[in-house]
Amino acid sequence: MEFFAWAMIAAGIGMGLGSLGTGIGQGLAIQKAVEGVARNPGASGKILTTMMIGLAMIESLAIYVFVVAMIILFANPFTEEVIKLLAR
Amino acid sequence: MTHPFLFLQWLEEKLHLHLGEHVLYTWFVMLVLIVLALVASRGLKMVPTGLQNFMESIISGITNLIEETMGHKGMTYFPLIATIAFFILVSNLIALIPGFMPPTANLNTNAALALTVFAMTHIVGFKGHGVGYLKHFMGPIWWLAPLIFVIEIVGHLARPLSLSLRLFGNMYGHEVVLMIFFALVPLFLPIPMMLMGVLIAFIQTFVFTLLAMIYIAGALEEAH
Repeated sequence: MEFFAWAMIAAGIGMGLGSLGTGIGQGLAIQKAVEGVARNPGASGKILTTMMIGLAMIESLAIYVFVVAMIILFANPFTEEVIKLLAR
Repeated sequence: MTHPFLFLQWLEEKLHLHLGEHVLYTWFVMLVLIVLALVASRGLKMVPTGLQNFMESIISGITNLIEETMGHKGMTYFPLIATIAFFILVSNLIALIPGFMPPTANLNTNAALALTVFAMTHIVGFKGHGVGYLKHFMGPIWWLAPLIFVIEIVGHLARPLSLSLRLFGNMYGHEVVLMIFFALVPLFLPIPMMLMGVLIAFIQTFVFTLLAMIYIAGALEEAH
């Protein structure tokens, strides 16, 4: 049973750490984009497009962590083995 | 798991078919798009009204985006890009109707889309440059070419992975969050998350389409 508790802890901590870094990264990107728009409002269209692409790139890091967390929680490849070991 | 009731899944069980529910919803989205296209293009007028006006504004928006990111040569790939954009947008948006799931919340659909873009990129590259397309992978300095080649191959293989996982993670994550909120407080609390879902649907469509455009434009340009 301890295996499943550790799996949940791993998923939770992993998601937290992943979103921490992603949050800082996206914050920095948006900070610079807002500064750019404030200095030159005419370039806002181009800045928005580039920022979106950059944000999507940064965001995919958190998405990878999310996918791994979902695999740990719902599609864990070791679940059957552990249940077999527990039943013995 | 994330859906208490899916309309087409229920229909599938009644009819004793054995298809995935994402396949059924993909067909549903295709049906919606085909009917929409037929209705909008029937009785075309010089001064568009109603549905034709709406569709024309979307099409001209995509055209402008292609002109901006890919240049004049990019219009050849308009059908592919626009189809991907429409398909992803409608699939993302039907997630907001109860009893429907977005086919993009399944990795298989997204992998199919991303692999299409991946194959298209390299077909376009080899068609446009011949064997010289390999220069794209070699980098500027000849004695570094073996190293750069390996890195570039890994980079190109990571593209379909990141494209498909990004869309899948966003849509599936939204479904999971919505379901958890629905289980906690079924009244009113899921509404802000659903509004955020509309935003996510549009942004993810934009990102996927724009990245597809950038990849194809990268294969089109000359190696330096």
